[in-house]
Amino acid sequence: MSLDKEQVQHIAMLARLRLADDEFAETVEKLSRIVEFVDQLSQAATDDVVPMAHPLNEPQRLRPDRVTESNDRDRIQKNAPAVSDGMYLVPKVIE
Amino acid sequence: MSTTSSELHTQTLTELSQGLERGDFSSLELTRALLERIVRLDTVLNAFITVTAEDAIAAAKRADKARASGNAGALLGLPILHKDIFCTAGVRTTCGSRMLENFVSPYSATVVERLASAGAVVLGKTNMDEFAMGSSNETSYFGPVRNPWDLECSPGGSSGGSAAAVAARLAPAATGTDTGGSIRQPAALTNTVGLKPTYGRVSRYGMIAFASSLDQAGVITRSTADAALLLGVIAGFDPRDSTSVDHPVPDYVEGLAASLEGLRIGIVRQHFDAGLDAGCAKLVREALAVLESLGATLKEVDLPNLDLSVPTYYVVAPAECSSNLSRFDGVRFGHRADNPEDLFDLYCRSRGEGFGDEVKRRIMTGTYVLSAGYYDAYYLKAQRVRQLIAADFKNAFAGVDVIAGPTSPTPAFRLGDKIDDPITMYLNDIYTIGANLAGLPGISVPCGFVGRLPIGLHLVGPHFGEQRILNCAHQYERQTNFSAACPEEFR
Repeated sequence: MSLDKEQVQHIAMLARLRLADDEFAETVEKLSRIVEFVDQLSQAATDDVVPMAHPLNEPQRLRPDRVTESNDRDRIQKNAPAVSDGMYLVPKVIE
Repeated sequence: MSTTSSELHTQTLTELSQGLERGDFSSLELTRALLERIVRLDTVLNAFITVTAEDAIAAAKRADKARASGNAGALLGLPILHKDIFCTAGVRTTCGSRMLENFVSPYSATVVERLASAGAVVLGKTNMDEFAMGSSNETSYFGPVRNPWDLECSPGGSSGGSAAAVAARLAPAATGTDTGGSIRQPAALTNTVGLKPTYGRVSRYGMIAFASSLDQAGVITRSTADAALLLGVIAGFDPRDSTSVDHPVPDYVEGLAASLEGLRIGIVRQHFDAGLDAGCAKLVREALAVLESLGATLKEVDLPNLDLSVPTYYVVAPAECSSNLSRFDGVRFGHRADNPEDLFDLYCRSRGEGFGDEVKRRIMTGTYVLSAGYYDAYYLKAQRVRQLIAADFKNAFAGVDVIAGPTSPTPAFRLGDKIDDPITMYLNDIYTIGANLAGLPGISVPCGFVGRLPIGLHLVGPHFGEQRILNCAHQYERQTNFSAACPEEFR
């Protein structure tokens, strides 16, 4: 199945990706080819097959509910683009 | 035997370890000799994103001091490189992306910690395809890496910097990660040994996630003995990775010596179909004959769903990548766009500017296959087909111990040749992707040259069968010694 520009715009919005206007034509063409390529999966007979959840069929391990991490806020926030008083700054959300 | 520092780069990790122990040279001399080579030769290769010269010198001095006082970790004073996907505390970790151009990790990956505890000296962080998405190292924000065997060619990817640096004798070993072939394919294309362990064998903690059900850490070295040595250090249970498996770690080095007498090797008929370069096919058949001469028996096996492995991968991996990469939002770390209009604009422009074309394509492919109305037809369907592919391997391993074939359909291709055609690029990984989908261990070992370009023999084992494939690769290597060959300009 090939995709059109409107679909690609919708996908980009869902993925929170701004594409420049001159990126669209190429993106539509390449994504369409990828989708067409993976479409061959529809031919496989998989009626009674259980979808894989883990490559070794291992259950997800649980850990005891104990505090193991220390508060490293200041160190971690050194990588943040904008912080104030230990909080991350973003553009105003509520008027 | 003593070695002058001008020859140290020619030795493998195992040889260097013996030299350090005998006192032929110090870790400081070794480290300085390799750093000098990196400064001189990496201007051509672009295999490094960051060279950690000062830290390396300090670590080498500590290692020499520790040795003098009678302490010796398994890797004490031995130089290694880390693919720039592994978080290293205090050193920037870019993952080959503009998004993380200035990211300095507050902590280290388990792989990094374990190698440091064993005494290894890290010389730098290697170039890679952006977020490990690519098979040519051309998607890196920091520019492509060149193949030491032909500077016009790609070294493969995504662990292209690690492979090129080891092939060019800038370091004896490097870490890598493999989601669809990203250790084994560049190893094949650069005449190095590349080992991808079983899913869950090595901790993924601190390894920047691409596709969490497929990603696995491993190593690129110049001999299988070195790969065995390093795997023994990095393998094992880690409570900080919820998919790490608690399974005993054998002595991989000791296991190398076993005879191949009676080993049953499976040959996959479909591996020799039209897609395989004739020169590669000939060399792989010669390699199989060598294994037979060492006492192994060859047996044809069938992987009927092999053709579906690439399309399955290109649903599962992008789906997981679109989830994993949602953390890059321009708020907590990573690239942030200037003067955002509002929060939505901040997200969209930070991600639009921070990610390169291939990463954006994969995020969008993943977003599409997970979106309402398409989830069953793509994602769930792919996870069903993945189960069929895993069952094919299981059936095959009921009759054989190892599966052998080509690592890559062609030798190294020229930079620029495939980058504009995603499907052609994706099909590069046709022989390696199956092992990731099924969680199996695989190794690529040098098996000869087509013209001046090297190719690799790929050996896949059952879950936790690392010892068996290392043993098989080692016995083959002893017989043929292709891994000793070095590109002329880097001798």
